[in-house]
Amino acid sequence: MIALTATWRRMFRPQAGGGVPVGVFVTILAMMVIVAILAPLIAPYDPNTQNLLGRLKPPGTEARGTYYLLGSDELGRDLLSRVIYGARVSLSVAVLSVILSGAVGITLGMLAGYRGGWVEVVVMRLVDIFLSIPAILLAIIMVAVLGPGFVNVVLVLALTRWPRYARVAYGQTLAVSNQPYVRLAKAMGAGPFRVLFLHILPNILAPLAVVATLEFGLMVLFEAGLSFLGLGVQPPTASWGAMLSVGRNYVSTAWWIATFPGLCLFLLVLSVNLIGDRLSAYLNPKSR
Amino acid sequence: MAEAKTLDIRNLSIGVGEHSVVDGVDFSIGQREIVALVGESGSGKSLTALSIMGLLSGSVRQTDGTATLEGEQLDLGNDTAMQKLRGTSLSMIFQEPVASLNPLLSVGAQVAESLIVHGRATKADAWDRAVGMLRDVGIPAPEQRARQLPSELSGGMCQRVMIASALIAEPRLLIADEPTTALDVTIQAQILHLMRRLRDETDTSVLIITHDMGVVASVADRVCVMYGGRIVEQAEVHELFAAPRHPYTKLLLATIPRMDGARKTELFSISGMVPDVSAWPEGCRFRTRCPLATDHCASRPPLEPVGEGNDHVTACWHSDKVEGLA
Repeated sequence: MIALTATWRRMFRPQAGGGVPVGVFVTILAMMVIVAILAPLIAPYDPNTQNLLGRLKPPGTEARGTYYLLGSDELGRDLLSRVIYGARVSLSVAVLSVILSGAVGITLGMLAGYRGGWVEVVVMRLVDIFLSIPAILLAIIMVAVLGPGFVNVVLVLALTRWPRYARVAYGQTLAVSNQPYVRLAKAMGAGPFRVLFLHILPNILAPLAVVATLEFGLMVLFEAGLSFLGLGVQPPTASWGAMLSVGRNYVSTAWWIATFPGLCLFLLVLSVNLIGDRLSAYLNPKSR
Repeated sequence: MAEAKTLDIRNLSIGVGEHSVVDGVDFSIGQREIVALVGESGSGKSLTALSIMGLLSGSVRQTDGTATLEGEQLDLGNDTAMQKLRGTSLSMIFQEPVASLNPLLSVGAQVAESLIVHGRATKADAWDRAVGMLRDVGIPAPEQRARQLPSELSGGMCQRVMIASALIAEPRLLIADEPTTALDVTIQAQILHLMRRLRDETDTSVLIITHDMGVVASVADRVCVMYGGRIVEQAEVHELFAAPRHPYTKLLLATIPRMDGARKTELFSISGMVPDVSAWPEGCRFRTRCPLATDHCASRPPLEPVGEGNDHVTACWHSDKVEGLA
C-alpha cells in the first residue's frame, strides 16, 4: 500500500523539462477503462435507441424528452451514450488483440531464440515477411477474406501484429539464454519448457511490456481504422471508428458526430503512447 | 579395481567447428575423491566439465570418447537422457555466483529447483529442505534469507546458495567450475572448507576446475594438468607439487610467488602465449614454449607412468630432465 502511494506520487512529480506528469495520462486511461466497464450504469440512454424526430441535434439540446449533452447522430441516437459504449469496443479489441498477439509472438520469438536451427529460420523469416507488408493493408485484406465482426477483428489484429513481439522476444531470449543463471538452471535439470517460461520469460518481460503498451495504442487506431472502413464492428454497435466514418458525411452540418469520438480516440492513444514512452525510459537503466 | 569409479572419462574429444579443442582426455574420479583440473584459460577444462554435464551447445560438439558414471555409460549427446541425470546424479556450480542466480526468483526456490524439477519432493517439503540446506552451507537466518532475492545477498552468500542448490540433489559427482574465482580470499577459504566438509559428510566426489594452485593445494586429492586440450600430467596432489614431471607443470608451479624467496626479483612467467586453437603445433602442444623441446617433440608423447607405481602419469619425452628446470 505504501509502495503504491509512493509510485502514485512519483507519477505526478514534475517532469524534467517541464513535461506533463505521466500520472495525468494514467488517470485518463484509468477513467476510460472504468467508463467502459461501467458503461450501462453511466450512459444516460440506450446507445441504439433511435429517435428520428431528434436527428442531428447539437450538443445541449432537448428533443422529445431526451437531453442530448453531446448532441445526437443521424438517427437521433444519444451521442454521449454511444461514445461511452464505443469505449468498450475500442478497449476490448485492443486488450484482446494485444494479449493474443503477445502470447503468439512471445512464444514463437522465445522458441526461435532458444532453439535456433530451422525453428529460428522459419519463425524469423515469417516475421520479416509480415513486417514487410504494411500492417493495415494486411489487416484489411484479411478482414475482407474472413468477414467483419468483433471476433474476426481481434483475430486479424493478433495475426498481423505478433511479429513485433516475436522480434523483441527473440533478441531478448538470445541475450538471456547465455546468462549464467540459465546455464545453472539447466545444470539443475530444468527442461526446456521450465527454462523458457520460468527462467527466461520473467527476465525479458520489461521490454515486452513496453512493446505491448505501444502496440495497445496502435490496436486502438487499427480498430478505429477498420471500423471507419466498415470492416470492423458492425452497426448498430457503437464504435469510435464507425462514428467517425458516419460523422464525416455530416462534418459541415453536424460537427459533433465526428468530433467527440475523435477526441476520445486522440486522448486514449496519446495517453497510452506516452505511458509506453515513460515506461520504456523507466525500465531502461541507461536513461534512468 | 575393487569398486566402480564415480566418473571415468576415456578419450574425450571436443571440437568447435573443425578445430579440436579437447583432444583425447582420459581421467577418472574415485569415490569421495576431490580431483582438480588445472590449466590456463583456453586449455579446455571448462568445456570438459560442460561436456560431462551434457551442456555443450551451439557449434561446440563432443567428437569422440566415452564417459561412465558409477559404471553406467553416459549418453552425453542425448539432452533428454542427460537432463534426467542433471540435478540428480550430477550437479554443477559455476563462477560468477551472483550472475548464476535468477535475479527474479527467491534463493530458496532456486535451491529447491532440482528437487522440484525431478519431482523428488512436494513444494512445501522442497522448501523446508532448501532452508535446511542453506543452514548447512552456513547462511545465517536461513528462513528469512530463503525468501530474499539474489540481489539482496553478498557474492559469498550467493556462492553458498549455488553450492546448496547443487548439493540438495545429493549428487554422486559435483563439478565446480572455478567456484572461488570471483570471491575474496577469506570467503574462498570458507567455500573450500565447506566443499571438503560436504565431501566428508555426503560421500560426494568432486571435480574442481581452477587455475589457482593455492586452491588445488588446499582442497584436491589428485590433480590433472591440462594444456592445449590435453592432459599433460596427472598425479596425487603432494607428489605433483613436490616432483612435477612435465615441464609445463614445473613452470606453472614456478610462477607462484613465494614468501620465502629473494625479494625484488622479477616474478617468473612462462614465455609466450597459449597459441590459438587453429595454430596448435603437431606433436607435443607445449613444445613452442618449452625450454626442453627437441625435434623428438614433433611426435605426440603418450601419457605414461613415471616414478614408482602407476599413479603419476605425464606426457613428455623429457620427463627425466624436468627437475633441473627453472
